[in-house]
Amino acid sequence: MNTKDWKILLVDDEHEFITTLAERLELRGINARVVFDGESALLAVAQDEPHVMVLDVLMPGIKGLEVLERVKRSNPQVQVLLLTGHGSTRDGIEGMRLGAFDYMMKPLNIDTLIEKMESAIDYAGKAASLGQ
Amino acid sequence: MRKLAALLKHPLRELASDVDEAVSPERYTMLRRKIIALMVAATLIPLSVMAVLNYYEHQNAMAREIQNPLRVLVNKTKSSFELFLAERSSTVSLIASAYTYAELADEKKLARIFNVMRREFEGFVDLGLIDEHGTQVNYVGPYTLQGKDYSDQRWFQEVRVKGKYVSDVFMGFRKFPHVIVAVQHMSEDGRTWILRATLDTRQFERFIASMSLEPDADAFLVNTQGLMQTNSNNYGKVLERMSFPLPPLTFEPTVLTMTDPLGREVFLAYAYFPGADFVLMAAKPRSSALKTWYTVRGDLLFIFVAGVAVVLFAAMRVTDALIQRMKESEDRRELALREVEHSQKLSSIGRLAAGVAHEVNNPLAIINEKTGLMKDILTMQPDFPAREKILAQVDSVLRAVERCRGITHRMLGFARRMDVSFEELDLGELIRETAGFLANEAMHRKVDVQLDLDPELPRIVSDRSQLQQVFLNLFNNALAAVGDGGSITVAARPENGDVRVVVKDNGCGMSDETLKHIFEPFFTTKKGKGTGLGLSITYGIIKRLGGEISVESTQGVGTTLTITLPKGQREALA
Repeated sequence: MNTKDWKILLVDDEHEFITTLAERLELRGINARVVFDGESALLAVAQDEPHVMVLDVLMPGIKGLEVLERVKRSNPQVQVLLLTGHGSTRDGIEGMRLGAFDYMMKPLNIDTLIEKMESAIDYAGKAASLGQ
Repeated sequence: MRKLAALLKHPLRELASDVDEAVSPERYTMLRRKIIALMVAATLIPLSVMAVLNYYEHQNAMAREIQNPLRVLVNKTKSSFELFLAERSSTVSLIASAYTYAELADEKKLARIFNVMRREFEGFVDLGLIDEHGTQVNYVGPYTLQGKDYSDQRWFQEVRVKGKYVSDVFMGFRKFPHVIVAVQHMSEDGRTWILRATLDTRQFERFIASMSLEPDADAFLVNTQGLMQTNSNNYGKVLERMSFPLPPLTFEPTVLTMTDPLGREVFLAYAYFPGADFVLMAAKPRSSALKTWYTVRGDLLFIFVAGVAVVLFAAMRVTDALIQRMKESEDRRELALREVEHSQKLSSIGRLAAGVAHEVNNPLAIINEKTGLMKDILTMQPDFPAREKILAQVDSVLRAVERCRGITHRMLGFARRMDVSFEELDLGELIRETAGFLANEAMHRKVDVQLDLDPELPRIVSDRSQLQQVFLNLFNNALAAVGDGGSITVAARPENGDVRVVVKDNGCGMSDETLKHIFEPFFTTKKGKGTGLGLSITYGIIKRLGGEISVESTQGVGTTLTITLPKGQREALA
């Protein structure tokens, strides 16, 4: 799949960070929708069914892991990359147990992020074809 | 209350409080002294009391043991004396009664009677008949005393009054010590006469000798006026005045302790004669009498001194051992406290580090993205004025961000290492679950993941989350190393009470140079890929959990990572 066709959803309450990340992705030809909280994320998943959701673990309101769990229940094909900003990797491991594709720690390396997105989309495609 | 507390203050309690405070060497010395004093007092006081009581009890018993035989001996000898005198005076009395005056006045007859007396009874020297006027009318014996007038002598008066008389020892005309026994007889016709016999006192000496006393002991007869009746070794010759005053009157044999004129401590056994004017005495120096006692006393003293030495030795040894134990336990306690303090400090630092890293990471992420965006824009506009200069600045900022990222990640790594919480867990289940996270990726890359977990694997006490992190890291590394269609084997076996996990892949392997640095912090060959947790953190965690980690690798063949984990909690210091 061409990067232009990727549907990416970015979820983080850090406006400056996430909007800048979206802008940078856009410069690389990747369309990314940005939301700032868990509820909006759930709505966006329901509306757009993104290929990959980049989800911050620590947010006010619905927490990242809960969003992940609900998304994996409603839209299991959506691949989730978790972002953690704090010390414990427990959240990352817990996220993987709940079905996250991988987790990354801030600050991000944008190329690594894109590689992981690609792996996730690739994996989702293969999984879907295997499922069929 | 304070008074009560003071009253209740026991020396041991004081000791116990000392124990708490006893940390300095001086304290230990003081404590050592106190314990030794207490132990010595607790053992020596009863020992000494027992020794003293024993000493006096023994001494008294020994004295009694010595005094009793002496008393008995005096009593027996006194009886012999009494019997001797009684026999002799009865014989004289019998003769006086059995013969008439005329018969006794007959020289030949008296001589015959005297011969019989001498034959039958020892000690008679002579025999004489004295008429009522005191004139000796007949006499048989070695001296010429016929016709001697005794009328003015005391014994004559006394026998006239009492009818019977036993004299003290005296010299008289005979010039050798003797005793007289005189009996007055009254015939039916009213005529009175006196029969008088003389006894030599050699018999007395024989009685004394028969007492078989030791050479330094002394026995003698003395009269109630204090004149010696027999020779004494130490207190005077016969008829001399005894060199010390008479003891109190008693007919029962008695023993008293006194200092004799020679200055010796002596046991003096004596008894007054009820029927005569005599006192029999036996003196025995205490020193010789108590010779056995002095031996026993020496033994007792030796036992006591030996006991004291043993007690002192034991008290010192026991106290030293006790103090040593206390020192050791004090040291251990201090070490444990220091360790707790250290780990608490590390734990607080860990929490602080995690907080700081978290707070810094978010703004750092913004700086990173903003700068990244600037770089993106500049890269897209080749004609931007001073583009190269600005790009250099931007790269510099990005490098600084990367440095900060390194710092915060190190801090987070440190915090993670501090954050150990032990629980009992099933390592097989943990490995299976962690491998499950990567099952999807393995499946789509057709990587064959084999789990060879011994069903007998014991449960271990360790940190679940940290172990998951370790295995996730190792599996990720293995997955990254093998190509599509590769294989990974994870084997777990119990070994010597520990558990050994081997993660083996047939991936690209590592060069010897890479192997040298594999456990160094932030060493990577993946250039930004992965979770950002290097093998150094894995290494740190395994060490922290008390385990070991080793790696073997051959380039182009594969890598084998071996982890040994203790079955029980064996936390190593970070």
